[in-house]
Amino acid sequence: MEIAWVLGAPLLGGLLLAFWGARRWAAELNACASFFTLLAAAALTVHIIEHGPMLRFGQQFFVDSFNVFLVALTAFVGFTTSLFSRPYMRIEQEHGKLTPNMLRLYHSMFQLFIFTMLLALLTNNMGILWVAMEAATLTTVLLVSLYRTPSSLEAAWKYFILCGVGIAQALFGTILLYFASEKLLGAGGQALLWTHLDTIRTQLEPTVLSLAFVFLLVGYGTKVGLVPLHSWLPDAHAEGPTPVSAVLSGLLLNVALYAVIRCKILVDGALQSHLAGDLMMGFGLLSVVVAAFFLSRQKDIKRLFAYSSIEHMGLTTFAFGMGGPVGTFAALLHMTVHSLTKSAIFFTVGHAAQKAGTQSMDRIRGLIRQSPTIGWGLILGTLAILGMPPFGVFTSEFLILTTAMHHQPWATPFLLLSLAVAFAGIFGKVQPMVFGETTVQPLPHRPALVPVFVHLAAVLTLGLLIPPYLVSWYHSAAALIG
Amino acid sequence: MVAPLSSQLINLFAALLLLIAFAMLSQRRVLSLINLYALQGLVLALSTATVAYSTHQEHLYYSAGLTLFLKVLLLPWILHRLIRRLNIKWDVETLINIPTTMLLGIVLVIMAFNVALPISQMAGTFTRATLGIATASVLLSFLMMITRRKAVPQVIGFLSMENGLFFAATSATYGMPMVVELGIALDVLVGTVILGIFFFQIREAFDSLELRHLERLRED
Repeated sequence: MEIAWVLGAPLLGGLLLAFWGARRWAAELNACASFFTLLAAAALTVHIIEHGPMLRFGQQFFVDSFNVFLVALTAFVGFTTSLFSRPYMRIEQEHGKLTPNMLRLYHSMFQLFIFTMLLALLTNNMGILWVAMEAATLTTVLLVSLYRTPSSLEAAWKYFILCGVGIAQALFGTILLYFASEKLLGAGGQALLWTHLDTIRTQLEPTVLSLAFVFLLVGYGTKVGLVPLHSWLPDAHAEGPTPVSAVLSGLLLNVALYAVIRCKILVDGALQSHLAGDLMMGFGLLSVVVAAFFLSRQKDIKRLFAYSSIEHMGLTTFAFGMGGPVGTFAALLHMTVHSLTKSAIFFTVGHAAQKAGTQSMDRIRGLIRQSPTIGWGLILGTLAILGMPPFGVFTSEFLILTTAMHHQPWATPFLLLSLAVAFAGIFGKVQPMVFGETTVQPLPHRPALVPVFVHLAAVLTLGLLIPPYLVSWYHSAAALIG
Repeated sequence: MVAPLSSQLINLFAALLLLIAFAMLSQRRVLSLINLYALQGLVLALSTATVAYSTHQEHLYYSAGLTLFLKVLLLPWILHRLIRRLNIKWDVETLINIPTTMLLGIVLVIMAFNVALPISQMAGTFTRATLGIATASVLLSFLMMITRRKAVPQVIGFLSMENGLFFAATSATYGMPMVVELGIALDVLVGTVILGIFFFQIREAFDSLELRHLERLRED
């Protein structure tokens, strides 16, 4: 029942907003739909914690502790983003960047985007997972080009074509997966159900599965933003409206990585080797290194944090690739704290760019003088994402590094070097934007900055003391992934 | 057992698909490209129907019908309307080096057969010999997307890649489960509609559908 609510709230919200998305109260309706999604997700989470994994609707939906944690995260960040977007989009409208039709498109697609991500997380069918991932691209493509500027159109085109080609690879991978399983499970809908595949995973044909995994990793990896398939990501993040950047970075990348992990579990079982993990470590490490070195060359504030997302997703992919109880635990924790921190940063960055009237970092100066909350939000968020103690990112990065030292010592110098380079790159650019003489203007509406501090407080809590029930939850999810 | 006639028919359709893929690679007129795409869809639908007939897989009839409706009628109709509204019906693209592209295509076909060989040996379907051709047409469409500089041909390349994947699914496994196929069809349809909207936005901003205008966002 909870599943129907989790999926129904954003779907219904999206349909209603397709009609009323330009009304005065559309932003409130948007927040309301997101709030219901959050409530339903909370109910679902409680149910899973109490009763364990469940299969619903003719086994088409499957919830265990791994995906319910991502469902909760998605619903939560979706809700806070909808709160942030209310004043943000109003200011954009006042700056003359949006027509009512664009606003309607934005509100409707925002909800549908959340719906596709939740569908991708909850479905048990690997084919539907693919369909939902592709639908997630389709719902956001027009959002990236929302402002209709030449560069935003270019970004959206790149996003569509690159992710489209990527996702086509993933479809081929899915076909191969079906090909392998159909022999054992028989033709028809059952053969792509993840739970069924999981029970027979040791008998699946290893050659086919390893080929399938390469295609699936390349395909879904494009959406995770793994180097060298990342080039859509900075453009799409920089050119779209900021709430969209926040959910793309905070949520979509996680969901794509989730798809990879689900495939990895199957492939690990079939191959009895570490091929999948090795591939993920390779791609992950490459992403961390390349993104870290690109950071210092950025001039646009949203591009800067988009590259930081590539770096962190690379780190998470690397940690999942290492596997083991601690590595996977750290990866799950890192997914959570990165989502929360990065979306909080994008919230402040959005308003900072509005105040300065530009996204160019050279021309944003002295935020803290003009508006202390935005300034503090940005500097604290930056410190958090750079892995400063006592924030949660420090904990997860520390765990990843120590695990790497034990199990993959060759990778540690690369990781440490990249983290240092990233620190220098980001901090050196953010510090003058926050402190010093101010050049920015006040905003016509009061920004909603409560979400920023709620996110940062959650990240701080995760750094200081992870609540025991959360620890056992992460542990059970890590045990599932192996 | 499968009648030799239908097995030969499947091989004929596969050969036609490969031929169409090469024709698309060298076709310079947008209008002819759309017609080729529709023809590809028709061959695909026929071959799916033949597989359905000879293996008595009922769901394949539905997917053949779906292909016929979507890829032969609806999508080409949308594309035709689109190029008429955008006034690019008679557009001719200057393609550089068609012979080189063709040679590259042949290399890709050989590669595709090599990749598909281990899988098709494992497949129990009578269509398994065509798996190499399916992989080849996916790669050829990919090549087409790389070599094109205009938006509409690039999208047709994308759509024909999906056709290749569909053909791969039919020849390796007699098609994906119905619910997945419906989902994929929905995605393709919505994607085409969104691209249609998108073309108008691009043209409004740049006065042309040349993709070289879309190469300004670079790392400096």
